[in-house]
Amino acid sequence: MTESVNYKIESKNVNLYYGNFHALKGINMGVVKNTVCALIGPSGCGKSTFLRLFNRMNDLIDGVKIEGECLIDGKNIYSKEVKIDDLRKRVGMVFQKPNPFPKSIFENVAYGLRVNGISHKSLIEERVERSLQQAALWDEVKDKLKKSAMQLSGGQQQRLCIARALAIEPSVVLMDEPASALDPISTSKIEELIYELKAHYTIIIVTHNMQQAGRVSDSTAFFFMGELIEYDSTKKLFTNPTNTRTQDYITGRFG
Amino acid sequence: MDYYKRKSITENVAFWSFRVLSFLVIGILFSILGFIIYKGSSVISWEFISEMPKDGMTKGGIYPAIIGTLCLIGGSIIVAFPIGVMSAIYINEYTKHGFFRNFIQLMTSNLAGIPSIVFGLFGMSLFVNQLKFGDSILAGSLTLGLLALPIVIRTTEEALKAVDDSFRQASLALGASKLQTIQRVTLPIALPNILTGLILSIGRVSGETAPILFTVAAYFLPKLPTSIFDQVMALPYHLYVISTSGTNINESRAMAFGTAMVLILIVLILNLTASALRRYLSKKNS
Repeated sequence: MTESVNYKIESKNVNLYYGNFHALKGINMGVVKNTVCALIGPSGCGKSTFLRLFNRMNDLIDGVKIEGECLIDGKNIYSKEVKIDDLRKRVGMVFQKPNPFPKSIFENVAYGLRVNGISHKSLIEERVERSLQQAALWDEVKDKLKKSAMQLSGGQQQRLCIARALAIEPSVVLMDEPASALDPISTSKIEELIYELKAHYTIIIVTHNMQQAGRVSDSTAFFFMGELIEYDSTKKLFTNPTNTRTQDYITGRFG
Repeated sequence: MDYYKRKSITENVAFWSFRVLSFLVIGILFSILGFIIYKGSSVISWEFISEMPKDGMTKGGIYPAIIGTLCLIGGSIIVAFPIGVMSAIYINEYTKHGFFRNFIQLMTSNLAGIPSIVFGLFGMSLFVNQLKFGDSILAGSLTLGLLALPIVIRTTEEALKAVDDSFRQASLALGASKLQTIQRVTLPIALPNILTGLILSIGRVSGETAPILFTVAAYFLPKLPTSIFDQVMALPYHLYVISTSGTNINESRAMAFGTAMVLILIVLILNLTASALRRYLSKKNS
């Protein structure tokens, strides 16, 4: 990727420490608007930590120290003027384990709107419907919106979590291994969804699954021991990696 | 004897030891209940629970003591529940792991270990004398509330800890503030378990005699309270009085067992109500 590109999301020389542990080492990379970027690498390599930089979820952990700049739309999200609640409204997140709230399907999607001060009934109804449609779940749940979200299958729950994240109209969506707890059919539904969503959102996805990274992403970053080893277009990285460690990892020789 | 034979004998011995001992515990519990019901049921009647005591507490009923105990249960819940739940929220949701949190938890456990008579003395000097509430429902409720506080704090903390962190993260990631997360996600999920704390603390305070001895309980007061500054009779103290220092202990023996039975029934009814509510709430969550 060339320097002249205007990145939607960018990290500039980011270092992150958990106490004395140096978890991210001088990471520089950027993601272009309306593309999907996959983060791959063995467990503990720092990819999830890197993902969580962009909605400041790492701030919740005691003893974390962050250096460098993380930019969204060219603005440093760690600067003092940025309100965390407002940032998180602009950056949606989908977690590894489907974690809908023990509330109704409707209330799950409406939650983000309510906590952000939207109380207009018809506006909420409209957004809930649109988000569920975007998450390809509307047809399956439209007759049981009042039912508990806990009754849905794992795959449906994860799409509900995606709808929940989309309802507050973020421009960036972070996904932390969103399909790793799901069966193959649900997984392929999620992957199709990601492919469709990139028309409107910029997406970063952490995955352990090489094929998945290959299928859904435009660019791929390989992390190892807290370092960004290689970052390139997905096609280039998977067919012709520059670094031997990348080569070893994607061919399954370690990790 | 071969190895497998020995092993299976050991298994059997262990199994029967566990089984016999658990049945023994249940047996003891039922004999206590049975004994009280056997001795007390003869005096239980509508008059017994709805009338004032008469003839030096050897006749009549225990109505004022029932009302008194209910007032004290209600009062101590009003004292202990908000303070306890809010402290637990502070400890679990706001303090970081480390010295300060451990210190608060240690102090809470210490509070739970203080003998109840000490709470009684403390309540008397602070609420009755220093703050001049006098012997009153207010002073008694505050004292009992303090006694229930550690249980409420501890169980609420456990309930909050049991809430999966991913719910908090999901809420925060949607732009909710910490308080919104606690109000809308964490507390509703923890509520059924918090109610368990309430049940336990009701059980604890309703039977206590020592803390109310110097702060609220009346020896004989055949009328109902009209304000929180009134004294009341209370079941545990009434039980103590008519079995040790009443006007005619032998005559009131049956009434003592009847009183014990009513006290146990009140705790039982409150527990059942609370656990029904708990079941209803957990069902709503799943």
